[in-house]
Amino acid sequence: MSADLTRLTAADLAAALTSGDVSSVEATTAHLDRIAAVDGPVHAFLHVAADEALATARAVDASRAAGQTLHPLAGVPIAVKDIVVTRGLPTTAGSRILEGWLPPYDATLVARIKAAGLPILGKTNMDEFAMGSSTEHSGYGNTHNPWDLERIPGGSGGGSAAAVAAYEAPLAIGTDTGGSIRQPAAVTGTVGVKPTYGSVSRYGLIALASSLDQAGPVTRTVLDAALLHALIAGHDPLDSTSLPDEVPDFVAAARRGATGDLSGVRIGVVRELQGDGYQSGVLARFTESLDLLREAGADIVEVSCPHFEHALAAYYLILPAEASSNLAKFDGMRFGLRVEPTSGPVTAERVMGATRGAGFGDEVKRRIILGTYALSAGYYDAYYGSAQKVRTLIQRDFTAAFTQVDVLVSPTTPTTAFRLGEKLDDPLAMYLNDVATIPVNLAGVPGMSLPAGLSDDGLPVGFQVIAPARADDRLYRVGAALEALLEQRWEGPLLSRAPELEEAR
Amino acid sequence: MSTTTPVDLVDYDEAVTRYDPVIGIEVHVELGTRTKMFDGAEQSFGEEPNTQITPVSLGLPGALPAVNGTAVEYAIRIGLALNCGIAPSCRFARKNYFYPDVPKNFQTSQYDEPIAHDGWVDVELADGTIFRVQIERAHMEEDAGKNTHVGGEGGRIHGATYSLVDYNRAGVPLVEIVTRPIEGAGARAPEVARAYVQTLRDIFRALEVSEARMERGNVRADVNVSLRPTPHSPLGTRTETKNVNSFRSVERAVRYEISRQAAALDAGATIVQETRHWHEDTGITTAGRVKSDAEDYRYFPEPDLVPIVPDPVWVEGIRLALPELPAARRRRLAEDWGYADAEMRDVVNAGAVELIEATTAAGASAAAARKWWMGELARTAKQQDVELADLPITPAQIGALQRLVDSGRITDTLARQVLEGVLAGEGDPEQVVVARGLEVVSDDGALLAAIDTALAAQPDVAAKVRAGNLGPVGAIIGAVMKATRGQADAARVRELVLQRLEP
Repeated sequence: MSADLTRLTAADLAAALTSGDVSSVEATTAHLDRIAAVDGPVHAFLHVAADEALATARAVDASRAAGQTLHPLAGVPIAVKDIVVTRGLPTTAGSRILEGWLPPYDATLVARIKAAGLPILGKTNMDEFAMGSSTEHSGYGNTHNPWDLERIPGGSGGGSAAAVAAYEAPLAIGTDTGGSIRQPAAVTGTVGVKPTYGSVSRYGLIALASSLDQAGPVTRTVLDAALLHALIAGHDPLDSTSLPDEVPDFVAAARRGATGDLSGVRIGVVRELQGDGYQSGVLARFTESLDLLREAGADIVEVSCPHFEHALAAYYLILPAEASSNLAKFDGMRFGLRVEPTSGPVTAERVMGATRGAGFGDEVKRRIILGTYALSAGYYDAYYGSAQKVRTLIQRDFTAAFTQVDVLVSPTTPTTAFRLGEKLDDPLAMYLNDVATIPVNLAGVPGMSLPAGLSDDGLPVGFQVIAPARADDRLYRVGAALEALLEQRWEGPLLSRAPELEEAR
Repeated sequence: MSTTTPVDLVDYDEAVTRYDPVIGIEVHVELGTRTKMFDGAEQSFGEEPNTQITPVSLGLPGALPAVNGTAVEYAIRIGLALNCGIAPSCRFARKNYFYPDVPKNFQTSQYDEPIAHDGWVDVELADGTIFRVQIERAHMEEDAGKNTHVGGEGGRIHGATYSLVDYNRAGVPLVEIVTRPIEGAGARAPEVARAYVQTLRDIFRALEVSEARMERGNVRADVNVSLRPTPHSPLGTRTETKNVNSFRSVERAVRYEISRQAAALDAGATIVQETRHWHEDTGITTAGRVKSDAEDYRYFPEPDLVPIVPDPVWVEGIRLALPELPAARRRRLAEDWGYADAEMRDVVNAGAVELIEATTAAGASAAAARKWWMGELARTAKQQDVELADLPITPAQIGALQRLVDSGRITDTLARQVLEGVLAGEGDPEQVVVARGLEVVSDDGALLAAIDTALAAQPDVAAKVRAGNLGPVGAIIGAVMKATRGQADAARVRELVLQRLEP
């Protein structure tokens, strides 16, 4: 019974819970058992909160038994990326500098998850402070791709994607600053959505780059993503960049899309996000997907976004600049790691230096140094200032493109999952993984990655859909349509083709 | 830090004959909002350390700021009162530097986009001269926490074994008001500096944006001073003396820097652009950190906050609702009260405006109110070295006292005794009159009895008066007044004595 429960989509599990066929305790136990069985080799979780999750499950079952009206997802377990602050559960953002920190408060999205009665299974692994595309920069060891344990699960949210791909959780929360939800989704054959900037409150997300960060759903199906997005979206007065708008009906859009009819939908293929540097198998799956969309009635045209070629350069100035300031608070004075200098006087400044020296990993230090430099007097205009101008140009590219089409599409990543260690010593090669996802963050528009099939190497390929700001519902409509058409062809979800993980006894 | 190596000083009067001082003042005022600038933590003075905090105040991972709308309104009020333009849109910026009392290791402030800019304020000097100070900008920011260094000498960080940080103050809203270089004050620069800070303090109070209590650090001033050979020379290098927190100190600090810099320039030295510390006890400044390229705050627009775009209609509403400002109010009151300019200045300098206003409201005439507050009470306050407002007597009590005089129930002389009783805590004037039995004796029978006794005691005087020599009658009156402990109306006594002795 357990094994079956972990294979259900969140929507199906929710239906089984609602009908009373399954209890939340059973569902939660099944996932905790699965974590115990496979997370040794996968290492998606940094912390498993079995007791707390079961307590929530029991409470939900009791409420249901008492006839109370519950949230549609009540009782469905969820995993949360470790960059999201959870009261009483260790929260490290993958960094040694936060080892042992127990937050005294919940992120707004966690408060919503708790209020809706979703048992939180635990916290998932990630690149330290979300800096990376492989989860190899975690301070707590690598996460392994369930498709091939020798390969990276993507990053920074490799833990959330791997947890969902390995059936350790039906739902997970990720965060995406330059692709940290979508790129892991692409390489693990799962679905990930980076919502419109401001759609989901950032209150309680440990900030990487404030103007780019956005939390979103990590799931196995488009409908599940819509259900989770609907739960966490909405205005939050604690985040002044949170949108006051009414939230579109993502779930209705997904259900509409699943009928497979896209008549009248105009889809733009971004000329700059294909070609050189893209693996042939990735491009082949992308083209096949376009054919399916065309068959479904969509108009497909090519559009040009000429400034996208500068996106990566601008991103690697804006992100480090904001990060250098956001990460200044990790100084050993109030929380987390505190290291005193081994020699010389113990002054506050020297404790801060020693703590940061010991607690931060190399990639974090690299970006802090980059960002500090980019903001320095005399360099600001040349670096941060210029990058912001590029950002404006990229936003204009999107605005222009969206006058012609309803959504834009591209491969999510240029390649499938690479081998662990392969790009660790070449930061630039690592950064190039996010070339197709970064423009989306720079413009604040929403993007989704969903599985498009397997490349020649037998590994998953991701298909990216991009919509205008505040029109996240379009992602769900187009994504659900493509998903339905592809699964018809595959005669089942892509993940069913993943090798079975060996279960520990 | 309290290195008091003797420093060469030039006599002030001499310094200002050879150099033209230019000053600039930055005033920080803590806004009296219920909650902090960017989070919901309450703020009030004197609470237990680290009790007025939230994840935002502590800069915990994940916490985000959200702007306090009341603080923005107060900042706009201040800007408008200082005749500034209000920015149609402005942003916050991060000022990055590592220090334990700054929980995020950056201060959220405004950098190149202040909410208010380009204003002026007229300040009145002690002799009535009006001096206009140009305001460059007024911007919003958050206060830092408070460090307490333990184990070092005199609470200083140097030599301390550890430090404690109280984050109650971290995030308290501040408005910083920056002047343009104040030129043309000449020898009166220290006085202008003082009057300027005092004027701002009065404006803050009138606007009800802050309690503006200097002793609590609600208002803090940094004073910049530079010297140049003549008013036509380019500006000299300035020093910035930080945290000068009383009116008197502002004046003294400017004076001291003028004398010190003059000595350095006389000796052919150059002035170092630096931050200096003010020492209240010794009245001197000492060098702090050198302001140079080393200080790079890496300002950039705060990405966690959206720009502030005050609705022009709202701003106009705030402008229309501005209370009468202190200078205008003083002019109006002087006219209403019929005070001469010099009289009004004395009243203002004594801090008696509100007291007199309240006293007239309690029914006394403006002249009578001024007589009490600027006379007997001013003397008492001076003797006891306290502010007039801190004397244990209220304007209502002065009003009641004056009514007793006006109705003839007590004389001026008696009133002084009543005042003494009120100040001694014996209650309201009426109660003191009763308790001390100070009422004028207006019963002729009682007076005649006293007169008869006096006449009997001094038969020779009585005889002289009867004989038509009125000279010695005062002796009889004096005796009667003594017998009635001053409670008789002397004029009535005289009448009765003369009746008694009518031939």
